[in-house]
Amino acid sequence: MDALTQHILIIIGINVISALGLHIITGLTGQFSLAHATFAGIGAYTSALLTLNSNVPFPVALLAGVVLAGIASALVGYPSLRLRGDYLAIATLGFGEVFRVSMLNFKFTNGALGLHGILQMTNLYWVAGGVAICIFLTYMMTKSRTGRILTAIREDELIAESFGVNLGKYKVFAFVMGGCFAGLAGGFYAHYLLFVNPTDFGVMKSVDILLYIIIGGLGTIPGVLVGTALLTGLPELLRPFAQYRMLAYGIGLVLIMVYRPSGLLGSVDSGSVLYKAYQRIRKTLKIPTVKNE
Amino acid sequence: MLINQIFNGLTIGSIYALIALGYSQVYGILGFINFAHGDLFMLGAYVGFLLVSFLHVGLVPALILSMLIVGGIGVLVERVAYRPLRKAARLAPMISSIGVSVTLQTAIVLLIGPQTERYPLEYQFPVLDILGVKISALQIIILVVAIVLMLGLELLVQKTRIGMAMRATAENYEATSLMGVSINKVISLTFLLGSSLGAAAGVLVAVYYNAFFPYIGSLFGIKAFIAAVLGGIGSVRGAVIGGFILGISEIFAVAYLSSSWRDAVAFTLLIIILLARPTGILGMKTTVRA
Repeated sequence: MDALTQHILIIIGINVISALGLHIITGLTGQFSLAHATFAGIGAYTSALLTLNSNVPFPVALLAGVVLAGIASALVGYPSLRLRGDYLAIATLGFGEVFRVSMLNFKFTNGALGLHGILQMTNLYWVAGGVAICIFLTYMMTKSRTGRILTAIREDELIAESFGVNLGKYKVFAFVMGGCFAGLAGGFYAHYLLFVNPTDFGVMKSVDILLYIIIGGLGTIPGVLVGTALLTGLPELLRPFAQYRMLAYGIGLVLIMVYRPSGLLGSVDSGSVLYKAYQRIRKTLKIPTVKNE
Repeated sequence: MLINQIFNGLTIGSIYALIALGYSQVYGILGFINFAHGDLFMLGAYVGFLLVSFLHVGLVPALILSMLIVGGIGVLVERVAYRPLRKAARLAPMISSIGVSVTLQTAIVLLIGPQTERYPLEYQFPVLDILGVKISALQIIILVVAIVLMLGLELLVQKTRIGMAMRATAENYEATSLMGVSINKVISLTFLLGSSLGAAAGVLVAVYYNAFFPYIGSLFGIKAFIAAVLGGIGSVRGAVIGGFILGISEIFAVAYLSSSWRDAVAFTLLIIILLARPTGILGMKTTVRA
């Protein structure tokens, strides 16, 4: 595999992990967060500071980043329970900006210069493993009782609550699980690009992650994968076209929303599409159906 | 010194308020965050700049023309990017507005360039001495222009028939259209007003700071949006109050704490106010947009 393909795959993988986290918070539970890049930032700074300043092995540093990002998202998620819809988004945005400004001003994070000389640890295997684990966890969680409760909260909080769902507990759970994924993505990111600075984790990055999960089709894992692969892969491939790439990106977003308002895979049931394709292949290959007798 | 700082805060606050009005009005009627609004503000600065430096228009006509042109662009953006999404999921128009925002920024970078520009103004604004307080004439002009525009909007919204239609549309979109109000006209007018106020703010900021660049919209846009939320989104008075609170608290943070923590102050204030009053200072208690 050549270097460019590998680079693009790693970047897509890191973004997929982070996007799956936001998928749990926004796609499944319907809580609109604009602090997702901040959680990734916490993971990135924590793991990078650990591997820079001590001999902690990479997996332990990653784990520390995940745990701290999880704690931070609980801290954000908990007071935000009072807020709904867009007001929640604004409060999370505020939290994200406070984090960014703090990273710019603290000594131990080296201010605006950021952290340099981080060891290269992330490779395709690590990222692929991370993606696999995150997809598996998200899938299992979605199919479980918890997943159904989260979906119920998204569809109608009031009805969910009157069926005895402890809204606070499950919303915070969604925030923590999503935040942990972001923390993992941040750890990979820091040990792949080898330097981090506060502007990497600003509001616009959070908006980017939101785009990944909406463009593909909000609320489905295939949607997250397609959206993320498209929005991170294409700009990387089209790098030579510089500014025209951004023009196409902007116009593309508008066009996708105008023609596919619920995302590229929105209202497409990928399970049934796969099943139909399987049926068609079986027909053309004339595989006899096994009859149960 | 203290009065000077308050004046600085009022000046920047009135600019935040002008931009916040556009966010607030659109949110009140259509219920989505119009991320492109900050870039219409940026466009206002650029249109005024092109008029002043290439057509040698005076600053006042440039301000008015820029408001008209950018207002028109705002109406056009709504037609192309938001109207087809009127019935789509709530996040769809927001994503579309992010697309518009990226497109406008990149268009300016491609057409004019990413460098910082300034208005080619020959004259210096005099510094007035009012009872021992030194205030730049420019600050007074900005305050007066902003207050006149805001009062105009408030009068339009509260006292005229079309203003009543705007309030009714914000209250209940479908019932209003059943009453025979042309919703499309109301929404176009909302975008015209919001974008032209944003453009006015753009010209004022460009002259005040003597510098502007293609990405200035995101910088001021987020602050102004926060001002709108602070005050209670959807309300004209709320946006104005939010703008002034944000402006003054920022200036005080710079003057008495440190300029590098300036943004943190604004956002901490936002979180505290939202937690105490989840729908902003003048926001209605019942507003649920889940």
